[in-house]
Amino acid sequence: MRKSSHSAAVVTAALLAFAGTAHAGATLDAVKKKGFVQCGVSDGLPGFSYTDDKGNVSGLDADLCRAVAAAVFGDATKVKFTPLTAKERFTALQSGEIDILSRNTTWTSSRDTALGLNFTGVTYYDGQGFLVNKKLGVKSAKELDGASICIQAGTTTELNLADYFRANNMKFTPISYDKSDESAKAMEAGRCDGLTSDQSQLYAQRIKLAAPDDYIVLPEVISKEPLGPVVRHGDDEWFDIVKWTLYVQVAAEEYGLTSKNVAEAAKTSTNPDVKRLLGAEGEKGKDFGLANDWVVNVVRQVGNYGEMFNRNVGDGSPLKIKRGLNALWNQGGLQYAPPFR
Amino acid sequence: MTTPLAGAAPARPPFWNDPAVRALVFQALALIAVIALGWYLVHNTQQNLAQRGIASGFGFLNNAAGFGIVQHLIDYSPADSYGRVFWIGLLNTLLVSVLGIVFATVLGFVVGIARLSRNWLVAKIAMVYVEIFRNIPLLLQIFFWYFAVLRTVPNPRNSLAFGDAFFLNIRGLYVPRPVFGDDFVWVLGALALAVVLAVLLGRWARQRQATTGQPFPVFLVSLAILVVLPGVTYFAAGQPLTWDIPKLAGFNFRGGWVVIPELAALLVALTLYTATFIAETVRAGILSVSHGQTEAAGALGLPNGLTLRLIVIPQAMRVIIPPLTSQYLNLAKNSTLAAAIGYPDLVATFAGTVLNQTGQAIETIAITMSVYLALSLGISMLMNWYNKRKALVER
Ligand SMILES: N[C@@H](CCC(=O)N[C@@H](CS)C(=O)NCC(=O)O)C(=O)O
Repeated sequence: MRKSSHSAAVVTAALLAFAGTAHAGATLDAVKKKGFVQCGVSDGLPGFSYTDDKGNVSGLDADLCRAVAAAVFGDATKVKFTPLTAKERFTALQSGEIDILSRNTTWTSSRDTALGLNFTGVTYYDGQGFLVNKKLGVKSAKELDGASICIQAGTTTELNLADYFRANNMKFTPISYDKSDESAKAMEAGRCDGLTSDQSQLYAQRIKLAAPDDYIVLPEVISKEPLGPVVRHGDDEWFDIVKWTLYVQVAAEEYGLTSKNVAEAAKTSTNPDVKRLLGAEGEKGKDFGLANDWVVNVVRQVGNYGEMFNRNVGDGSPLKIKRGLNALWNQGGLQYAPPFR
Repeated sequence: MTTPLAGAAPARPPFWNDPAVRALVFQALALIAVIALGWYLVHNTQQNLAQRGIASGFGFLNNAAGFGIVQHLIDYSPADSYGRVFWIGLLNTLLVSVLGIVFATVLGFVVGIARLSRNWLVAKIAMVYVEIFRNIPLLLQIFFWYFAVLRTVPNPRNSLAFGDAFFLNIRGLYVPRPVFGDDFVWVLGALALAVVLAVLLGRWARQRQATTGQPFPVFLVSLAILVVLPGVTYFAAGQPLTWDIPKLAGFNFRGGWVVIPELAALLVALTLYTATFIAETVRAGILSVSHGQTEAAGALGLPNGLTLRLIVIPQAMRVIIPPLTSQYLNLAKNSTLAAAIGYPDLVATFAGTVLNQTGQAIETIAITMSVYLALSLGISMLMNWYNKRKALVER
């Protein structure tokens, strides 16, 4: 059985008490020494991080960790996953149980500061919505006055929910569970009238229901939920590696580099941006403490950002989510990588 | 009888060989080591927290919590502080613990006595109950009641209604809530007076029985006083009590009191589980009273019920109380399994959600652990005091 959030919290306390002060680069050294990246993911959210019955973990969040493994080891399989509930995730990261938290986690100021964490970027721009039973005859979230709503404890979701009802002068009864599966079951049983979570996850949760067609997603999006990978404060080198792993995937998409053509492009491309990115020119890998061809490994083994998106949540997946805000900046979206130079 | 050495002072050993001095030195060294370790831990923690930029201190308790809680015994809204969330969680923990202790004690005593019943069927039923519920892990039992039993009741629109005042559905059991008028103080006053009268009556009856041997039906007469006096006042004061009856409005029932299924499942599971251990304790306690006592009571012509109440139970209590205390402690601590089904106890709300939203693991865990320590010590102290009162007073 997995450690509970409380034992993790106690471990955090103990580690903070006993641990010597960490120096920058400690995480990369430790990861190299143990030979794999320990990655915290969700308990099961199709498209983001989902463990199938054979134990394979798939999804956008899982692939981000694979990309980091490809960057560090040149081998995307050198990664181990730890499933975590929303409540457990931050203590697991603070205590050093995991090296990266990649679990549909919203970037907020207090997590970035008071919790001692660093968000490395945004893998998915999301917003919060509602999923309700059609039988209620509700067409808008504004009609939910007096409803019981299922949520996960310890999320931004429960905070937004309370804010939204307060702002609209409505009452609600929160029914909070630790896992979204429990919320979904409770809604199916009628314990709550509907559930709320990040929109992307509503679709993912809906396809897991016994009768998905009995439920609808309401039109309102009540918050901004930029989801991204998280690392601990105090290790800038590791922060840089995880941050730039996502950026180089975005840059690769912008330059038309894919898992299929990247190895070839590294040899033949004449575009100086591409040559620098793929390590054919200059020694940028050294700056990160990585091999010079690390970007080639990332893109060849995991793909560029667009490939990763399509495969897990986009057209190539059962979720069929449109790129929307997650399109590249030059295609009407928000995905933008700073220059690699 | 004299000893040759009597009076002669023994040669003093050098002070480093003096056991008293040595003991003192070692204790001082141990104390210094503990203090040094403690200082090191606190200092190192502070340094690490600062270095990682993790917030610390207890100021967060005044910040707005921002999330809702399904069950709160005192007023609460998301605009209230984390400090208030602490009290909500604590009260929810106390609610389930106290109710659990009361129910488990009653059930445990009944079953423990039933196990010794001369009626074969009663004894066997009690035994089967104990063996089943004692041997299934508590968490599974909680899941059973919550998911298998309480999830099968109908939804709010098809609630089971009892006399148009009580409603049972998947959201909980809705019961009427008493609304006290201003004049209700008279009824309370009458009740207090009735209690005093009943106590005085009890004393007088005991004295009379001790001097004259005449028994008096104290129980029935006290009951009559307790019912009639407040009852008459209630009507005289113009029935200052109305009921807030739950009504279906929109999605849910509104008004009245609701027992949420999370509380019900946790309470039933804790009660049924802990009662088995209490039953075994009670059985052991009763068996520890020598059979001669029962026979002697029989020889005096005491009926079975009185023998049990006046002779056996008081002596058995001395054996029962110490293990009973640990069962109470277990129940209070086991109530933390609440988080598994979403009951908002102290651990789920404070050491769970608040910890997660603020990131202040050390502070929240320290507060929560202190509360459980205090709760456990409180139960222990209460039971020790009770134990002392019941203990055999040697003359
Ligand atoms: N993005 C939000 C919510 C994250 C979250 O935990 N979402 C739930 C669904 S609302 C989830 O991922 N559940 C999957 C699980 O139970 O592991 C946050 O960072 O607080």
